Amino acid sequence: MAEPRPSFLTRMMRIDRRVIFVFIGVALIFPLFFSISQRIQVSPEVAMLTAAFEKVPDGALVLYSLDYDPPSAPELQPMAVTAFKLGLKKKFRMVIIGLWPQGPQQADQALQSALRDEQFKDLKLTYGLDYVNLGFQSGNEAVIQKMGSDIPTTFPRDYAGTPVAELPIMKGIKNLGNFDFMVNISAGYPGTREWVQFGVDRFGLKMISGSTAVQTTEVSPYVGRQLLGLMGGMRGAAEFEQLSGFPGRAMKFMVGQSVAHVIVILFIIIGNVAYFATRGRKE
Amino acid sequence: MLSGLACGLLLACTALAQDMPTGTGSPDTAAIAAPVIAQVPPPGPATGVTATDAPNDDGEALIVSWTASPDDGAGLRNVSSYRILRAEAGRPSGAPFDTVGLATAGNTQFIDGTTNPGRDYIYVVAALAMAPTPGGAPVEVSVQSDPSQPVHSRAQWFHTGRLNSLFAVLIVGGAILYFIARARSGKSLFIRKIGGLEAVDEAVGRATEMGRKIFYVPGTQDMDEVQTLAGITILGRVAKVAAEYEADLEVPVARSLVMVTCREVVKEAFLNAGRPDAFNEEKIYYLTDDQFGYAAGIDGLVMRDKPATMFYMGAFYAESLILAETGNSIGAIQIAGTAMPAQLPFFVAACDYTLIGEELFAASAYLSKEPKLLGSLKGQDVGKGIILLTILLGILLTSIGAITLKTSELDKLGWYNIGQWFDVQ
Amino acid sequence: MRREIPTFIAFFVGVICIIQFFIPHWPFGTMVDTFSDWFIILQSFAIWLGVLNLMKVSLERSLSKKKTHDRWYGFVVVLSFLLIAVIGMFFSGGREFQVPGSRFDYLYVNVYTPLSSTMFAILAFFVASASYRAFRARSWEATLLLAAAFLVMLGRAPVGDMLTQWAPEGAHMSDIANWIMTYPQVAGQRAIMIGIALGVASASLRLILGLERSYLGGD
Repeated sequence: MAEPRPSFLTRMMRIDRRVIFVFIGVALIFPLFFSISQRIQVSPEVAMLTAAFEKVPDGALVLYSLDYDPPSAPELQPMAVTAFKLGLKKKFRMVIIGLWPQGPQQADQALQSALRDEQFKDLKLTYGLDYVNLGFQSGNEAVIQKMGSDIPTTFPRDYAGTPVAELPIMKGIKNLGNFDFMVNISAGYPGTREWVQFGVDRFGLKMISGSTAVQTTEVSPYVGRQLLGLMGGMRGAAEFEQLSGFPGRAMKFMVGQSVAHVIVILFIIIGNVAYFATRGRKE
Repeated sequence: MLSGLACGLLLACTALAQDMPTGTGSPDTAAIAAPVIAQVPPPGPATGVTATDAPNDDGEALIVSWTASPDDGAGLRNVSSYRILRAEAGRPSGAPFDTVGLATAGNTQFIDGTTNPGRDYIYVVAALAMAPTPGGAPVEVSVQSDPSQPVHSRAQWFHTGRLNSLFAVLIVGGAILYFIARARSGKSLFIRKIGGLEAVDEAVGRATEMGRKIFYVPGTQDMDEVQTLAGITILGRVAKVAAEYEADLEVPVARSLVMVTCREVVKEAFLNAGRPDAFNEEKIYYLTDDQFGYAAGIDGLVMRDKPATMFYMGAFYAESLILAETGNSIGAIQIAGTAMPAQLPFFVAACDYTLIGEELFAASAYLSKEPKLLGSLKGQDVGKGIILLTILLGILLTSIGAITLKTSELDKLGWYNIGQWFDVQ
Repeated sequence: MRREIPTFIAFFVGVICIIQFFIPHWPFGTMVDTFSDWFIILQSFAIWLGVLNLMKVSLERSLSKKKTHDRWYGFVVVLSFLLIAVIGMFFSGGREFQVPGSRFDYLYVNVYTPLSSTMFAILAFFVASASYRAFRARSWEATLLLAAAFLVMLGRAPVGDMLTQWAPEGAHMSDIANWIMTYPQVAGQRAIMIGIALGVASASLRLILGLERSYLGGD
């Protein structure tokens, strides 16, 4: 004898995950086809971060450490692009490194994306003088420790294989103490925590950070002490774009995030209503 | 008249480039060599240059301090940066200084981390400004300070900024060692039940009954991560149970060194269970170092092989939910353990049992029931008790201080803020 | 000796690392850097073990007589590995293989990047399905978790602020979400981190002192 069909409520309690996937997919894709803008309330951490950025004098020597790979790029690349745009606006001398193998490539893409902005289309940036990409170095926190004493030995060549001694921007840069400011964008290990432990705590680096939404909870205790500000996830990226005056992808993607959150909440409500109704019947 | 003025300016700048009326007689090795016509005079020099040994280091750093130039950050002669120059004391007169670093305007300190211990150095700080030229690019104009007194760096035998850490290490380490010694004496120790570890036998037995595999994922990090070592320790126990139950155990790994270690551990486990013939080293294999490549590989294996039991024990990042949800979708019983706070919620949501944080490190002691390992758990608890009491004391004192001194800023609480005693340099 | 030598090495290196944290003077200050360098070298050479194993297992699967999907996946692994390795080593400008515009960079940007991003994007769907299943008000604690999740999810997206525009300053959904993430969440995280730190200290002490030797094989 065939099993009786489960009741509507029981089926609502056990919706096939593929149905949920379809709804989420539509929720995320739909807003990309429509230009919808929404004002984002800025969190104190991002406000602190932007203020710290603005305080750095024009022409300062700034270290950019981009410690993430393509899977985290949707969340973190908008942060990197905006950080580079601010750097270009303030004419920072930018030294770029990566503690993840793909970090320097992500940095290169972010910088090129920043340079395509209308504001900077006439800007002529000279590689080796205005900025340099030193590439990736393996060793995780050991790299940070070594940079604390000798950067040219830790990164003897840049991304393209040129000896750092031949690069004008590297003249006089010996260790982390030479940098006026640091921007770290990271997706995990090695990343913000290691920079705080081995860079900020030991060498007094002034640092701001951007991290994925999941990592934010781990590094938020450092805000206000070791970190001068923090961007968390796509929302943090959108807030940074809004505050710095460079609206970009993050602000656009937040619409999809809004819709997706609402759909998840609706499914949770459906599941709980079905759970309580079923439990009531059993009692 | 105009030509006279131009000549005067030319002469003035020539003098400035070669020898400063206030400042050193030593030429700046990186200064402009040829005289240039500048429409403004050079900036005022930095003064009061001193160098002191950097404390609590290995003797390879000196801290150079100076008073900012009067033109720092303002005016036509706006100082844009400072060049820090160094030479060994006792060098021949006229020998050039070497540039050891740059500091932007507003800074009055620089750490020179390239000194040799015991060698005397003198420092000079050159204030730099960009002077406009008529119809040309701005040129750099610099003026040097007086040299500092000779000073040498020294290595310290103890890092005084870490005294508080030393106390903490001695107290917590001492408690752990004390309880290990006490446990050896035969005294039994109470350890609360950990659900995930109690379920290991049941999970392995389920896989045997269903005739399906057990997948063990020892995290995505390398052997230098203590969570990986904890995961591999648990693997040894799980492998022994799997050998006894004749279950099919597979261990896909993300690091080569972890693969080698896991093979040794599983081989020993099978040997100890009396089933060395059942061990197959091909069941412990490398997939990829790449985080999401690893997750994709395991997901594919899970969807095709449909294991009955999944273990996730070690350090995980974003791939944790991908693995756990995939395992959940095929109905596997899942036991996870990690000390990554950000990933714990995902495992709790998607797995049947989760070892939270320190439970992962307690697992080896829990499963083996060895007295000396159980004693270390007790010592850990003592450490936790001390921290708890300190937190309560801190809350009390900070609250009293805030009320008494009518301020909520920690910096103004003075000795009421005991948190400052726990800063680690 | 098979187990005594590794145990002694673990003890020696562990003790030096602890001492170095407190004594910066030579030789302790430099020894940890030296050990770190040795580990990096070991890691770099060890990658070959993994790669050779992967190729062996994949080739065996692809040449296996059993008609399973694993055959094709094994073939894809071997082909992909050879493609990337050969193009990167011989057809991408030598040492500058990572420079934008090279063939290797083309594969990285157009193949690897979308694949990795896709795997990460799957999380968005899995979070939804896991939330639907896990957030049930089965008990008081679960209800509290559910309420916090609601508030944070709404507060993290601009839609929450849109729904609470009428509320006074400081009481918008994003402010509530920030408060939850800044205070109760951080407190809970810190408690777990304190436990983890003590667990790591205890586990490390056991490893350094040789009380825990199961990672060497056996009890």
